[in-house]
Parts: sequence; C-alpha cells; structure tokens
Amino acid sequence: MIEIKNLYKSFEGNPVINNLDLTIQTAETKVIIGRSGVGKSVLLKTIIGLMRPDGGSIRINGIEVTTLSEKEYNKIRMEIGMVFQGGALFDSMTVGENVAFVLQEFMDLDKKTIQDKVADALALVGLKGIEDMPPSALSGGMKKRVSLARVLCMEPQIILYDEPTSEVDPITADALNNLIMELRDKLKVTSIVVTHDMNMAYKVADSIAMFYHGHVIADGTAEEIRGCRHPVVKQFIHGEAHGPITEDENLIFGHVK
Amino acid sequence: MAHTIAQSGIWVSRSIAYIGELSILWWQTMTWVFTPPFKGKRFLGQAKRIGPGSFFISSLVAFFVGMIIALQMAYQMVKLSAEIYIPNVVAVSLTRELAPVLTALIVAGRIGAGITAEIGSMTVTEQVDALRAFAVNPVKYLVVPRFLALIAMLPVLTIFADLIGIVGGYMICVLKLSVSPSMYINMVIQSLSIKDIVTGLIKTVFFGMIIAIVGCHQGLGVKGGAEGVGRATTVSVVISFIMIIITDCMFTTMFYFIFNA
Repeated sequence: MIEIKNLYKSFEGNPVINNLDLTIQTAETKVIIGRSGVGKSVLLKTIIGLMRPDGGSIRINGIEVTTLSEKEYNKIRMEIGMVFQGGALFDSMTVGENVAFVLQEFMDLDKKTIQDKVADALALVGLKGIEDMPPSALSGGMKKRVSLARVLCMEPQIILYDEPTSEVDPITADALNNLIMELRDKLKVTSIVVTHDMNMAYKVADSIAMFYHGHVIADGTAEEIRGCRHPVVKQFIHGEAHGPITEDENLIFGHVK
Repeated sequence: MAHTIAQSGIWVSRSIAYIGELSILWWQTMTWVFTPPFKGKRFLGQAKRIGPGSFFISSLVAFFVGMIIALQMAYQMVKLSAEIYIPNVVAVSLTRELAPVLTALIVAGRIGAGITAEIGSMTVTEQVDALRAFAVNPVKYLVVPRFLALIAMLPVLTIFADLIGIVGGYMICVLKLSVSPSMYINMVIQSLSIKDIVTGLIKTVFFGMIIAIVGCHQGLGVKGGAEGVGRATTVSVVISFIMIIITDCMFTTMFYFIFNA
C-alpha cells in the first residue's frame, strides 16, 4: 500500500505538488489524470525516490521513504518498477541486454535462464524476437513496451507507468491495458498509471484521481469520475477546449483565419 | 569599479562551488572504486575506447611535435655548432612536459567531450534516472569505469607519445642535421633519467582524473535537451583544458622544488 500525505514539492519556488493526499491500496490500479505540468510525473519520480519532496510523507508498505538514505531507498526500489515516458532504454545496449539489465546486475542466473526470461518478457508485451535490435531502431511505442518488459523481469510488487499508451496504436494500447489488468489480477501488482488516455483510464482503473493545481480534486471509481459534476473534471474528461481550466489558465486558443 | 569587484566576487564564489562539486564527485568515485561488486567488462570497454581509439591521433601529434622541437632548436644550435645536444632537448622536453600535456589535451578533446555528450544525452533521456530507479548508482555504473580507464590508459598513451616523439626528433636530427643514428640514441639515453619519465607519467594519472571527473560531472548535470548537451560538451573541454594546464604548472613547480631542494 502507498500512502501519501500532505506532499509538497516545488521547483524554484513554484509549487508543483501542493498538500497532496493520495492512497493506493495493495493490488489496486490507480490512474492519475490531469493537465500536462500538474505534477503527475513528478509524483511518480517522488514515489520512486528520484526526486525528494520538500515536505509531507510517503509510506510504502508501511515504511516512511522520504527520510531514507539512497542506500536504504535502493531496497525499496527493488520492489518498484517504473515505465518511463520516453522508455529510457539504454542506448548502448541491445533490446535483449536492456530487458536483461536487472537480471544481470542483481541476480546470479546462467545465460540460458536470462535468455528465456527476456524472451518471455518480450513476448508478454508483444515484441517477440527483437532481442538483437538496438533501441534506436524502435518506434516510440515499441520503446515503451520494451521498457515495460524490462520492468516485468524485476517481478516488482509496484509498477509506476508514465503515459504507457502515448505513441502506441489503439490495438497495442488495448493489449497493454489487458496486460496491466492481468498483472493486477494474477500477480497482485499495485499500479499507478499516469495517462491522458481516458479510454485507458476507464478500462484499467480501480480508481481514478484527477490532479489540479498540485493536489487531488476528484478521486473515485471510473463510474464516479464519469458522473462527476465538478466543472474542471467534466471539462478534462470530455476533452473540451473551453471551460474552467482554460479560463483559469487564461489559455486562449486561436482560430484559422 | 564596484560592479567589477562584485562580478569578480561572483565568479570566484562560483568557481569555488564548482571545484567543490568536482571534489564531491571525485570522492564518491573513489569510494565506489573500492566498493564491490567489481565489473571488469565495463572498465575494459572504456579502456579499449580510450587507449587504442586515441593511439593514432596522440602518436601523430607527438611525432610532429618531436620534429618541430628538433627544427626549432636547430635554428640556434646550428649557429653554435651544438646540434649534438638537440636529442637531449627533444627527449627531456617531450618526456617531462610535452607528451603528457599534449596527450592529455588530445584525450580531453576526444574522450572528455565524448563522455559528456554520452552521459549528457543519457541524462536528458531519463536513462540516468532509469539506472537509479533500478537501484544502480550512476557514479558506480557510469563514472567509475571511465575514471579507471582514463587513469590507466593516459600513462600508456603518454609512453607511446614519448617514444614516437623521440622518433620524430630522430627524423630531423639524422636526416636533416647529420647527427648519426647511434649518436642520437646515445644522447637520448644519456639525457633521460627515470625521474624525467616518472614525473611525466605521474602527472598523466591526475590529468586522467580531471578529464573523467569534469566530463562525467558536466554530463550528469545537463539540463535543457540537445542544446544543453552541446553546451555541456563545450564547457567540459574548456574546463578540462584549463585544469590540465593549471595542474601541470602546479606539478612542475612542485617537482622543481622537490628535486632542486
């Protein structure tokens, strides 16, 4: 379980996360939605310890992580996998070496076992037989799927997804959604999914939280969010150009003359 | 006037802060060097890139510098009929000063810039974050192999530069100035002491540290995408050059007082 209380994070004095409270139950898939720049990715990086908060508390499985040293945090990180927005595959390695990274760094496994695990992980994300390709030869969507395969090799308890279906075609996106749900149902993986893709949000989410001005303005099941009457939530989930969000941000879209 | 003093103060405080950051990275690197597990493969990969990869260019420069020293000395020495001492000057100036410094500058330009660009693009594409997310320390994974490879390979490259530079001097002395081959070799051997070679090589170990730490520090600190990588690469080379020259001056002064005391 992940419990976040009064979390605060700012950059050069500008608060990005502001008194955020959020709880993610074990084996729950929590989808986080919100405008770009509201601190969704920052939250994921703060949970995994890549950024340290300026205030507040994050408890992962009962352990307060904000005060841990880097060495202590590494033990927590072994239980958390993160699928980065751009994939973050290591350019100097092949796809197979990327997926095998954690196995080779931390596990004493023979070459055949590693090859089998890599092949299985790639097959899970629908990319069988691309072990020898360099990351530079992959599309944006393929990079994300390889990134997920790399995380799956760790067999983590918690997976953080940063926009996993952006740049992915609808068919593959649906397959990824099914995979996220299977990981929850069969392996009891806790997931936090940051996305702008509302189809994905409605499909995979046990609950959806909407971020606005650095904190959660709505948190509920997909049905509750769909029926939410909060004007900001309504504008966002329906993807409307005009409404309280754009008025608040003084965002005026132009017209073709 | 007050503005100039204020600007100078800012520049000095920034320089001190920068040296502090480099010192912290150096200390972290030294700590990780002695922390298991030890992965020789990454070190060998970097050593191969730095050593054989830089051999041709550093040798070429050393060869021509050897020729240039011999030719420049010939202007005066011929007037004094003292061509016979040209091999001494070539050997001593190369082994003590020119081969270590020029090799370090070439490696800083070629490898230091490459290190910054590579680690910088890893930083902006979240690959360094990914390492940390997988509980892998970026200093251990990225900095240590480059640091060790540079302090191992720079002295080796310098030894070859010493030898090839002396060959360059030989070409001028023997083919142009009528010094006999045996005389050239004898004069080189007589003029060189172990101290000359060792002091030159000691410096290169520190030059290697400078190139690695400055290159990695700039790369890990990149901000702002491709433009940031380009800027960091330029800064890395400039700072490495300045620090190599200052360090060389400090070592030369130190050796002067030690050996003339």
